[in-house]
Amino acid sequence: MPVKVHLERIGMAFATPNGMFRAVAPLDLRIETGRFVSLVGPSGCGKSTLFNIIAGLMQPTEGRVLIDGEDATGTIGRVGYMLQKDLLLPWRTVLDNVILGMEIQGKPLNEARERALPLLRKYGLSGFEYLYPNSLSGGMRQRAALLRTLLFDTDVILLDEPFGALDAQTKLQMQEWLMQLWSDFRKTVVFVTHDVEEAIYLSDEIHVMGTRPGRILETIPIAISRPRLRTTALSPEFLVIKERCMSLLSASGPALEAA
Amino acid sequence: MAVQDAPRTAGMTALQRAPAAAKPARRLPVQKDWPFWAIIATQVGILIAIIALWELGARAGIVDGFFWSQPSAIARTFYIFFTEGDAWTDISFTFRSTIMGFVIGTTAGSLFGLSFWWSRNYAAVVQPYIICFEAMPKLALAPLIILVFGLGIVSKVAIAIALTFVISTLTTYAGVKAIDPDGEKLFYSLGASRWQVFRKLVAPSCLPWIISVLRVNIGLALTGAIVGEFISSQHGLGRTIFYAGSTYEIALVWVAVFVLSTLAVIMYAAVSWLESVLRKGTKQ
Repeated sequence: MPVKVHLERIGMAFATPNGMFRAVAPLDLRIETGRFVSLVGPSGCGKSTLFNIIAGLMQPTEGRVLIDGEDATGTIGRVGYMLQKDLLLPWRTVLDNVILGMEIQGKPLNEARERALPLLRKYGLSGFEYLYPNSLSGGMRQRAALLRTLLFDTDVILLDEPFGALDAQTKLQMQEWLMQLWSDFRKTVVFVTHDVEEAIYLSDEIHVMGTRPGRILETIPIAISRPRLRTTALSPEFLVIKERCMSLLSASGPALEAA
Repeated sequence: MAVQDAPRTAGMTALQRAPAAAKPARRLPVQKDWPFWAIIATQVGILIAIIALWELGARAGIVDGFFWSQPSAIARTFYIFFTEGDAWTDISFTFRSTIMGFVIGTTAGSLFGLSFWWSRNYAAVVQPYIICFEAMPKLALAPLIILVFGLGIVSKVAIAIALTFVISTLTTYAGVKAIDPDGEKLFYSLGASRWQVFRKLVAPSCLPWIISVLRVNIGLALTGAIVGEFISSQHGLGRTIFYAGSTYEIALVWVAVFVLSTLAVIMYAAVSWLESVLRKGTKQ
């Protein structure tokens, strides 16, 4: 499969009063088209820095970001980026929040709304279209934020711990929901999480990261067939991968924190 | 079990040894609400009592009628002020200078506050000046403003602007600083321009902050207009008060103060209404 996103010897260092601090060691990462790829690692392993670099919000100190083989370092608006917080605008209805990306890209509002409405209804926000975000539950807000990211028509979307703040039950529902979206939209997804089980359940490939400096310790392909059932988490192959991830993470430094 | 029980029983006896009578059971204090009409009736009653005592005191010579005037004289003056005096000219003059000062000061101040979002350097350079101007008692500048802008309405508006401008600027700037940087990040990740971020994120985020100063500003604008009229003016309720005071027409002072307070209450109510309308629009 062709490579969609290629991080070519990307490195990041900051000047601090105590000298240079290396946030990310020069690393190479290739993400193939249409894949669901997770980055798993402890806090401070540079996951968010990498995301900011891919989204063009940060200039790497070394290396290049290639999207479809084209240099996209430091250019914004090339990938959809969902931050940890939902960041829904409280003065806009759910519908008008969801079309924000299209609106910024200059699409006429009516057209954007027409496109968004059926999707809101299809993906569990029916009845909420004209409500304001403050009347939505945490899970619903995340759905709206994710649809906003998807409707910003880019091939690649970056999800930074989208379900981190949700309760366990809602989180499971949201994972199923995300899988459905992903199989419908066929986007290339890069997913950051603290939760190993979540990463294995969702991904085609996991990059386990370590700290000081941020780097990729190991890339683990997940060959479990799809669609995956919840009970997959009890299968031997799942447990083997989980054990491998856990041992990498515990060896790499600070224990996993609850997200 | 026995070992664990021993200290517990000891504790129990210690508790029981405290004299029970020393601590009577205390009930939750309950306050009974009066019905609405009772509150109103009491309020009206107090008002009538004050006016009656004042009138009677003045007639009996306990209250000095020369300095304090008396309700009957005030009522007579009130009637004359509205039938033969300049009541409507004065009210309209004070009202216009207040509203113009309020609108211009609040709008310009808020826009100035929003402008700081565009450049951190510009904000850093300008900020000390704003803080100095904020700290300065603006009314001390009033005589100068009158000299520069003349005796007419412009100088009153200018003083009202001086009072309302800075507070709008500072509050709006606080709103600008409170914007979640992640919100900006989201917009930029969607490929937004600076202008789009300003229009779709910064300005709406600051709107509640701007709204929150409206009520304060209407009071300040009125104060500014009145002070301007005190110093030098040909019209206005402030001028009436000042003029009546210096000619010992105390009844007229009371009349003008009463009219002024009514005007203030009406404008305050109007701004509160505007505020609720705007808040509904911003949904926060």
